[in-house]
Amino acid sequence: MQVFFQHLVYGLSSGSVYALIALGYTMVYGVLGLINFAHSEVFMMGAYAGLYCALGLGYQPDTPFPLVNALVVLLFAMMAAAALGVTIERLAYRPVRHAPRLTPLITAIGVSLLLQNLGILFFSATPKPFPRIVAETVFHVGGVVVTNVKLVIFGVSIALMLGLQWFVFRTWTGKAMRATSVNPAAARLMGVNVNRVIGSTFALGSALAAAGGILFGLDQTTVSPQMGVMIGLKAFVAAVLGGIGNIPGAVIGGIVIGLAEEFTSGYLSSEYRDAITFVILIAVLLFRPQGLLGVVRQEKV
Amino acid sequence: MPALAKRVGIAVLIIGVLAGVGPLLESVLTEYAMRIIILCGISIILAVGLNLINGTTGQFSIGHAGFMAVGAYGTAYTVIMLEDHAGAFLSSLPEEVAHGGVLIAGLSVGALVAGVAGLLVGAPSLRLRGDYLAIVTLGFGEIIRLVFNNASALGGPTGYDGGRPAGLPAYTNFFWVYACAAAVIAVVASLTFSRFGRALSAIREDELAAEAMGIPTTRLKVTAFIISAMTAGVAGGLFAHLQSSIRPDDFKFDKSIDVIVMIIVGGLGSISGAALGAVVVVVALELLRDAQEYRLILYPLLLILLMILRPKGILGRHELSISYLRNLFSKKTATPPTTTEAP
Repeated sequence: MQVFFQHLVYGLSSGSVYALIALGYTMVYGVLGLINFAHSEVFMMGAYAGLYCALGLGYQPDTPFPLVNALVVLLFAMMAAAALGVTIERLAYRPVRHAPRLTPLITAIGVSLLLQNLGILFFSATPKPFPRIVAETVFHVGGVVVTNVKLVIFGVSIALMLGLQWFVFRTWTGKAMRATSVNPAAARLMGVNVNRVIGSTFALGSALAAAGGILFGLDQTTVSPQMGVMIGLKAFVAAVLGGIGNIPGAVIGGIVIGLAEEFTSGYLSSEYRDAITFVILIAVLLFRPQGLLGVVRQEKV
Repeated sequence: MPALAKRVGIAVLIIGVLAGVGPLLESVLTEYAMRIIILCGISIILAVGLNLINGTTGQFSIGHAGFMAVGAYGTAYTVIMLEDHAGAFLSSLPEEVAHGGVLIAGLSVGALVAGVAGLLVGAPSLRLRGDYLAIVTLGFGEIIRLVFNNASALGGPTGYDGGRPAGLPAYTNFFWVYACAAAVIAVVASLTFSRFGRALSAIREDELAAEAMGIPTTRLKVTAFIISAMTAGVAGGLFAHLQSSIRPDDFKFDKSIDVIVMIIVGGLGSISGAALGAVVVVVALELLRDAQEYRLILYPLLLILLMILRPKGILGRHELSISYLRNLFSKKTATPPTTTEAP
């Protein structure tokens, strides 16, 4: 039982990071119907933005880093990633928005590769240690090891998700976003500036990905330019599992993937850790393609 | 019957020409140039095969390297097994026949295994409309490397060399590569310009309408995908016997991207375009070899710019033929008639 709870703690914290990234995929898919392959690289860039911000604020490995600075790092990374996301949309996706289906998809792959290779060029391919901007303390709760880092990861993710929920359901822009995802043409007729809505969708999704990047860096202690590939894939599977385009679905999907992964490596073998996601993806496509919370929509001609 | 005779005649002619040209080129060109020509041939197979699913059917597969890997391991393993267990019989045959026969057997198994992998990957994802194939093939490409990395019987991460000090036998040569390329082009072309191929194009243009016209979309998509995976398997097998060993890292995501760039440069949906794109990309990559790190930046940049500025590539959906060139030429000369009409 002790082992079970241990895995539960680990799974919840990594799952909440997946959920944060999955939100970006699902939101962009909701409004554009596009798999934003570059999202995983925005996540990576966000982590690096945080890393350099922390170093710029005078982070030293052995002295405690003030909490205010940690928040500044988080906000800076989120803002930088939001700017990157909006730029990508403006420069690469908008010109091909109305092109045949394959064109934006290939563009997205191109952007993803470009950012990854720019990352390798600027940050070098070797992993960098991520600053421990939150000093680690270990608690023992009934034999289960819980660190405050895991709690911070879980807490920050939940706070951001609640913030997003508020934004999407309680603000005008959020309403416009939902309208656009239902029917862009009708939304435009109702006075929604679709371009602006798409821009803010990218900004929000990218900011969440950057937060995910910081939390991932805290958890794994290193970051590398290639880290987005596998994490991005898992987050996308999380979005599909929850029902692509569905915001609460992405959160549930992320948590499920995190837990599944943790329990697989705990009870089976850590070699299957990455494969379980793929198994889940195939299972979802076979048995419930609309995802856990998705609804089957009848296609009309 | 005359049509069949004509086809057999063409096939014999191609084989004869290849058998003659191969040794001639080998005697004239350097080993390095020969290797590039062979790599071009392998890339032609890859591009023409991927074009069937990405260009003609309009489904987006980004895991071609994964099927290539399956084919490579399948072929190499079969060749080694055959030579280890039927060595006595093989050595009684003339050397050329034995090597060629073993390679063909290996490639058949490689293609078969890749086809099965294609079925397993394609069937769940192609049942659905939308871009699921992209994400499943992306995942497949990563997972299959994981599998080979953990398969100790196949060498794991250090690679498979058949357990021989000299490595895998180098059976891949000009003749076999281009004979396979010709066969793949013939198969893909006859499929594309048939009822089957027109159905695939219908799926690309409008899947819902195609289904309404009675086209069994899922079955055709999966069939096209399996054929595409099999061609990748053949290319992988040829690649394996060009190397002394194959490693899981030879079949990274970058390789899939290379093939996608080839078919986009050449023109999505055009067989000759895919072949042309393959040659252009292989030669360009070779020329850019000195500028490795910039190549990694230039390459995706080129991809994005192509998509924005000329998404149809060099040939678009046209095939390279004499009449296409004549049209192109006559259009160019015929367009400015107004100035010449003055007395």
